[in-house]
Formats: sequence, structure tokens, C-alpha cells
Amino acid sequence: MLTKSIQKAAFGLAVGLSVSLAAIAQTDAEKAIDRYRELVADGNPAELWEAKGEDLWKKKRGPKNASLEKCDLGLGPGVVKGAYVSLPRYFDDVKKVQDLETRLVTCMDQHQGIKAKAAIYDRDDHKDVISLVAWIAAESRGMPVNLPQSHPEEKRMYEVGKRVFFYRAGPYDFACATCHAADNTRIRLQGLPNLTNNEPAGKAFTSWPAYRVSNSQLWPMQKRLEDCFRQQRFPYVEFGSDVTIALSSYMGVTGKGVKSLAPTIKR
Amino acid sequence: MKKSTFIIVGLSVVLTGCATMYSAAELEKMAKEAVEKSFSAKGIAKKERINQDAINLACTNAELSKTLEAAEYQAIKYPADGKFLGDWKAGERVAQGGGGSTYSDSASAPNGGNCYNCHQISKEEISHGTLGPSLYNFGKLRGNSEAVVKYTWGKIYNAKAFNACTNMPRFGHQGILTESQMKDLMALLLDPTSPVNK
Repeated sequence: MLTKSIQKAAFGLAVGLSVSLAAIAQTDAEKAIDRYRELVADGNPAELWEAKGEDLWKKKRGPKNASLEKCDLGLGPGVVKGAYVSLPRYFDDVKKVQDLETRLVTCMDQHQGIKAKAAIYDRDDHKDVISLVAWIAAESRGMPVNLPQSHPEEKRMYEVGKRVFFYRAGPYDFACATCHAADNTRIRLQGLPNLTNNEPAGKAFTSWPAYRVSNSQLWPMQKRLEDCFRQQRFPYVEFGSDVTIALSSYMGVTGKGVKSLAPTIKR
Repeated sequence: MKKSTFIIVGLSVVLTGCATMYSAAELEKMAKEAVEKSFSAKGIAKKERINQDAINLACTNAELSKTLEAAEYQAIKYPADGKFLGDWKAGERVAQGGGGSTYSDSASAPNGGNCYNCHQISKEEISHGTLGPSLYNFGKLRGNSEAVVKYTWGKIYNAKAFNACTNMPRFGHQGILTESQMKDLMALLLDPTSPVNK
């Protein structure tokens, strides 16, 4: 009887303590943002892109009037489940490491004869790439990140990515690491993931594509990186360039084992 | 007289030329090549002893960076009129601004100071970042002696003159902020009537 009441008191104390600790760690504004995220996560508009993406995968299109159902995303022709969490990886047919977006551009060319080389964000063919990415990512939801590192080019891209991550330059002397190499930091009220650590790296890596409430756009990783470099005051980073593939490789390898979240919803 | 002026001008051109003729990457490459060409294997000391592993390469750069701080410190430009403090209200606006200098901005768009992105400054603004230390009560805690004023100017003008690898941009050195904007920020931090010091 006495033990039970002590346990109860201890439990109450522990709950009270953890609640007050959380209150200290989180400002009211952050709590409001979290609550907002909870509310909107229920119906992520990314589902609209997912539905279109599935359709685009299966539909016969382009000069070759073919679907993408024989496209090899790294796990064999037509295998979609698990592909998102194992990219970027090396592809022997193009002799280079590709991420999901650049691989889809290759597949559209190989299988459908669609030349989507100049993939400008959210224009023309890139609209289709974004929809395909949303559906393909959703097919890997909950699966652990597992980028292959057996090919020398995959290892090289990881090492290059790590160095690019710390590459300081530009008028403001910024690197990725300026904002993403320490725990529990913020810009204004926005929490910043420490991308040098496993869990935050894996969560950030699998947070894109994400539906952005602020501009009603679906942003894939290529666009996320492009906007990071814009805010870093760097020149324009080219779609599918080595820097983007290398950084994705670095984030993905660092985030190994973290369960995939994409597509997510962001402020 | 004319001749000596000419020599002095000539010399200063050569000196500044030395500092700017090669990029940092080119100088690093030349130093590496010089080391590569200058040593040969002798006895048990094989040639590969000169190869740097990742840790030695990192530390060479870290130690080099300490010597660069002094040069950056020498290059700090103080206000020509000797007035360091402008208007704290204008300073608050500069501190709030986070725009400018991206490829989607026009060249004529003024740059914000981005201060609140990383620092707490006035107590009223709760939307502040935590990448840098809190600057609340900056002047109240330090006073505004000449040494504090000059130091604060130096930190805003070029924080890398004090710590080569700080995350803080070099607002004066890189021409991000104008002298007038920096004076207003100085007032925000040091003016006793600024909300920062309340």
C-alpha cells in the first residue's frame, strides 16, 4: 500500500518534471508550431503529388510510348519499394552515382525517349519528376535508410560530400556546417538539425520531398539543397550536379538506419 | 623628391601585389609542390614521410588560420569621423533584416544585418536564433569605454580578426553592411537608451 503510493508519487513527480523540462526546452512559439504541424500532418497535400506520380510511373508516355515500369532505381527493373532509402547509388549504365531525381531523368530518357535534361525546378518535365519522387518516396515510408557504400564511386561521393559540407565561401563565409554542425541551435525560431549526427541526418535526409505550407509547393531534395545554397549566398547550384549528389550521399550515409519519413509537411 | 615618391608608390604596389597575386588555393598547391620537390628519401626516412594524412592537413590549416587573424585585424577600418555610435532605432531595423545578397535579390537591395537570426538582442524580440551568444544587456554589462567601443566595432566589422573560424560573417570587411548601418548597430548594442541596455 505504502509502496504503491510512493510509486504513484514518484510517477507524478516524473511526469511533472518531464512536462516542466519540455516547457523550458520549448518556447510557446515552438509549441504552437508543433501543434500546427500535428494538425496539418493529418492531411498532407503531398498525397496529390503521390497519386499523380503513381499514374506517371504506370502510364505509357513519350516518343517510345512506354511506361517507367522497367526503370531500374537500383534494386532491379521496376522495383520501387525500398528504392528511395537506398539512393544515391552507383549505376553501371551511366557510370556514375545518381540520386532519385537524376535517376528518374535517366529512366525517362532510356525508356520513354523523354529528354528531360534541363530540369529546371517545377517547370515542364521536372514537374513530373517531383510527382514521381513523391510516390516513390512514399513507397519506402518507415523503411530504414540504407545507402550502399560498396562501389568506390559511392565511397568517393560520401567523402566529397563531407568536404563540401564544411566548404566555407561566399560573401557571408557560410558553409552547410555553419548552421548544421551543432546540437540544439536555431535560426530565429527554426530548429536546425545537426547533420553530422546519425538521427538528425537521417530525419533530414528522409524529410524531402516535403510539402511546404508557406508556398504550397512540393520540394524534393534537389530543390531543398538549391535553396540552402541560395541562402548561403552561393551561386546557383546546378540540378543534379556533383555537389548535390555528394551532399545527399553524405547525409544518407550519416543517417543510416533511420526510418524514412517522406513525404513530410513543413512550415 | 619626385623620385622617392615614385619608389614608395612602387614598393607599396609590390607589397600589396604579393598578398593578392595568388589565391589561397594556389599558394597551398605551391607549398605542397615545394615540399614534394625538395625532399628525397635517405636511410630509414622514406619520401612518403612528407605525405599529410587528414589530421595533419586539418591542423596545418588550423594553425595557418591563427596567423591570418592578425592580418585581418590590421585591415579593420574605423569610422573616419571618429563617431562610432549612430541611431539605435535604425540599428534595430538593421538587426531585424535578413535579406540581401542572394541570387534572387537585386544588386541594389540593401543587406540586412541578420543579427536576430543568431543572437538574442533586445528582450522584446522573442524570435531570435541561438547560433551566437545573447547580446542582451551588451552595453550595460561592458560599459562604453574607448576599448569596448573599438572592440565592438572590430567584431562587427570583421569577427574573423578575433577568431578565424567564427560562424559570424565579416560585415565591414566583406562590404555586407555600410559604415552607417554598422554605426546604428553599435548604438543598438552600446547606447544606454537602447532597449538592449534596459
